Amino acid sequence: MSMIRLENVNKNFGDLHVLKDVNLEVEEGEKLVIIGPSGSGKSTTVRCMNFLETPSSGHVYIDGVELTSKNKTRVVRNSTSMVFQQFNLYPHMTVLRNLTLAPMKLHHKSKKEAEELAYHYLEIVGLKDKANVYPTTLSGGQQQRIAIARALCSQSKIILFDEPTSALDPETIQEVLDVMIKLAKENITMVVVTHEMGFARQVADRVIFMEDGQIIESGTPEHFFTNPESERVKQFLGKIIR
Amino acid sequence: MSGFFSPRAWNKIWIYRGTFLLGLGNTLKTAVFALLIALILGILFGLMATSNKKILKSISRVYVEVIQNTPVLLQMCFLYYALAFSGHSPGIIVTGCLALGIYTGAYMAEVIRAGIESVPKGQFEAAQSQGFGYAGQMFYIVIPQSIKVILPPMTNVIVNMIKNTSCLYIVGGADLLSLTYSFVTGENTGGSYAPAYIVCGVIFFIICFPLSSFASMWETSLKKREQKVFQNSTAKEA
Repeated sequence: MSMIRLENVNKNFGDLHVLKDVNLEVEEGEKLVIIGPSGSGKSTTVRCMNFLETPSSGHVYIDGVELTSKNKTRVVRNSTSMVFQQFNLYPHMTVLRNLTLAPMKLHHKSKKEAEELAYHYLEIVGLKDKANVYPTTLSGGQQQRIAIARALCSQSKIILFDEPTSALDPETIQEVLDVMIKLAKENITMVVVTHEMGFARQVADRVIFMEDGQIIESGTPEHFFTNPESERVKQFLGKIIR
Repeated sequence: MSGFFSPRAWNKIWIYRGTFLLGLGNTLKTAVFALLIALILGILFGLMATSNKKILKSISRVYVEVIQNTPVLLQMCFLYYALAFSGHSPGIIVTGCLALGIYTGAYMAEVIRAGIESVPKGQFEAAQSQGFGYAGQMFYIVIPQSIKVILPPMTNVIVNMIKNTSCLYIVGGADLLSLTYSFVTGENTGGSYAPAYIVCGVIFFIICFPLSSFASMWETSLKKREQKVFQNSTAKEA
């Protein structure tokens, strides 16, 4: 059974038809990378996977359960985490509190368990010494690594990445990608919207290309970067890979 | 005889000081209960204004606009006579609390709406993506961040409300201003216009001034503390 399944998902923002009958399946443990020009519906697609956007029509299944407005809080809590372009760490809490909040309040862990978990993941992202500082004092790359650690603390099967490196300055992009590459070795299902083709090539099991609210091409990274079928993909990759 | 410096006039006020204290008591009583009503209404309608349900937003909008764009005196008269004609006569203080509470609630709702809207959308999304429900989002993430934005203007709303207790005059209230007015126009007590109004004003000032100063001090200290935390954690990092 697939971990994530989108069935004929449509999304309208007023007159704008952002997603057009999107069908997509992601297997357990799969690393899926979504690429495409801006405004193509990549972000909306991942945001439908945790109902930050409610599809205008169609169905979303997470781990076999259909996601609805009624059950979204519970399903999202138990199965998915998200890493945002703008990090969205809670500025009024220390890093440690950012990481322990959801485990303590939503997953019923004791303070001790939650902190152990937090330190474990802080170690993985290489920021154990930042546990007691406030997020705004950290660099963008550090904040994003904290955000990834926060996502990991929920121990969800699925982590959604919505352009995690797009707001970073070039010097710190690699430190975030390195953490993501490390993660990709685990059995976590990852859906990553990104413009980082090197990352896609290195970790993706499958790459899909979106344009104008539709999936135009789907295949292995090798297929994509050596011999894409559609002219549009060739053109896009030609511009983005230098 | 009603002169500003007339010792007789000032003496009369001292003799009838109980009148002023009674008025002060009534004003404070009205203010406290009206504040409770205003807070409940303000939180309710403020949350409705920030919900993503159109119908709740519209209801909140209508309440705020109707109340903010009609005089509080009119609302007070309306409520008093509407209640009286429907056969309930809850008394002037109760009417005053209700009317002032409903009036102030509209301003509270706006303050709370602005506070919640000052929190970036990404914070709501992060909370949702972690699986926080509405209450959890508000309690752990949104309210702690908006409280600094909400408190100072909220204190101003409260100060205005205390001053607005004087509107009870229109329905024959026994608040501070109404009693001052009856005092200066009274058959036995009348005449000490200027001193009486000065005393009344001083009493209002004594209540309101510390409140507004406290609010601005609180705001400054919150900001300072935030800066300190920021510096501390920067220092630790270095």
